[in-house]
Amino acid sequence: MNYQEILAKYADKPGGMIEAFHAIQEELNYLPEEVIIEAAKVFNKPTAQAYGVATFYSMFSTAKRGKYVIRICESAPCHVAGAAEVVAALEKELGVKMGESTADGLFSLEFTECVGQCQATPVITINGEPYLDVAPAQISGIIAAYK
Amino acid sequence: MAEEMRIVLRNYGKIDPLKIDDYIAVGGYNALNKARSMKPADLINEVKSSNLRGRGGAGFNCGVKWNFAYMAQADQKYVICNADEGEPGTYKDRLIMEGDPQSLLEGMAICAHAIGATQGFIYCRGEYPSVVKTLNMAIAQATEKGVLGDFSIEVRMGAGAYVCGEETALIESIEGKRGEPRIKPPFPPVVGLWGKPTIVNNVETFANIPAIVEKGAAWYAGIGTPSYPGTKIVTLTGDVVNKTFFEVPTDTTIREVIFDFGGGIPDGKGFKAVQIGGTSGAFIPAANLDTPIGFDAMTEIGAVLGSGAVFVLNDTRDIVDVTARIAKFFAHESCGKCAPCREGTMRMHDLMDKINSGRGKSADVVLLNKLGRVMSYSCLCGLGQAAPAPVMTTIEHFPADYNAKLV
Ligand SMILES: Cc1cc2nc3c(=O)[nH]c(=O)nc-3n(C[C@H](O)[C@H](O)[C@H](O)COP(=O)(O)O)c2cc1C
Ligand code: FES
Repeated sequence: MNYQEILAKYADKPGGMIEAFHAIQEELNYLPEEVIIEAAKVFNKPTAQAYGVATFYSMFSTAKRGKYVIRICESAPCHVAGAAEVVAALEKELGVKMGESTADGLFSLEFTECVGQCQATPVITINGEPYLDVAPAQISGIIAAYK
Repeated sequence: MAEEMRIVLRNYGKIDPLKIDDYIAVGGYNALNKARSMKPADLINEVKSSNLRGRGGAGFNCGVKWNFAYMAQADQKYVICNADEGEPGTYKDRLIMEGDPQSLLEGMAICAHAIGATQGFIYCRGEYPSVVKTLNMAIAQATEKGVLGDFSIEVRMGAGAYVCGEETALIESIEGKRGEPRIKPPFPPVVGLWGKPTIVNNVETFANIPAIVEKGAAWYAGIGTPSYPGTKIVTLTGDVVNKTFFEVPTDTTIREVIFDFGGGIPDGKGFKAVQIGGTSGAFIPAANLDTPIGFDAMTEIGAVLGSGAVFVLNDTRDIVDVTARIAKFFAHESCGKCAPCREGTMRMHDLMDKINSGRGKSADVVLLNKLGRVMSYSCLCGLGQAAPAPVMTTIEHFPADYNAKLV
């Protein structure tokens, strides 16, 4: 589905812009400028308001992202469980820093706050899929499965 | 040793959450039928006298809240379940929704009958995509069976904003806007979603309702501590042997939670502090371990029960470093609507970082306390009001840890 079709699907849903953005990100992994401008028209809101929504929520991105978005929980329970070492291992494995994407367009690294899997810290998610009790030594193997 | 008592997790692990027939076979939806045979006012009185208080953090009497929405005159009213669960260290609502989603739907339907609503929403955090699927499946099954009657429920997904757990920010988000809290009053039971009377309750609150309706208010009021009866799910994280969850009566003490249920501190280390209620909670020193976890007992020691998250630190942990991390959380999650929170959380994070990296002076600690006090009464919503708690309580209880880092 292209983004116009997705927006049309949600057009009649009261307050549906956020749901529409989720659905578009499922396809594109981020919200390009033309999507935001079109969303404002479809939901009959000022462009500023659509942009405001797109930039308010941490799961939405207005910048291009990799096909796989890797998020590392840095909330206190994951922090004391060694999230910093997991971050270091990911940066080393992918050769990019937090907040960046790999040149092949495959991976992006982002921080997140608690993802609610705190029984098994530290936690990372890849496109929403949680990985529990992650040790730095496991990172290569986890990434390899997505290449 | 204290024992677990499962009310909201009564079916957890016992039934197939994706089969409504399993839920019905263990008595599911009997309570809704019973509730529907009662007059709304009587039903509300029952809930009120059970003294069930909200499990989302604020501890407001559930029946009293429902009564406000019941009394309000409107052509449409809404029931919203707060499943945003953003408080770090908390995953209790996920357990309920994954393990027994029908109990939540039944609780919401009972509320709908009480206040006269036909439309419900579950606002589920975006970090739980699989829970959203489970909920949608549960709703489809309940609709097909016809158990919900004329009450329909829609799931809306959050998108990664802690502040959207605040009920008016949550309402703004369902309306498709930035999740910025509204000025209160008016409160949602009077002016809520799309301006209509709206009940917002936490997942765990709703999951208690069927049991209360079925077994009666007196039964419930007799469990745990009288001023905050029932049970509470606690989720244990940090330096504790059993990093898992328990549902315990509310007169259970912090010590029992950590050392009996939690199995104590691993690797032969000692206890330093525990933060209860999530990242916005106070840090509690060893001297207060015999406090019951019930809402008011926690308030008395300057702490909160909050979400029931229990984050334990052993005596080798750098509590200033942990608190600096927490200060970053609030600076990141502040929505920016009010200046005391927008500026305050940022300054607080700056000062904590300065101290944590060994550049702080004792005047910075004094400034942190002053800033925290101002924020606690001048911020618009609970986010900014509670943000200073971890900073101020660690300064209060662990001054030596701060002093050791000052220049
Ligand atoms: C910053 C902030 C975050 C909150 N997050 C949540 C949350 O994730 N879940 C929740 O149920 N309540 C949360 N609350 C409390 C809600 O505003 C509200 O009190 C609660 O949903 C009412 O339901 P209850 O009476 O059943 O507890 C939060 C409050 C604040 C100020
Ligand atoms: S603290 Fe990292 S998943 Fe909850």
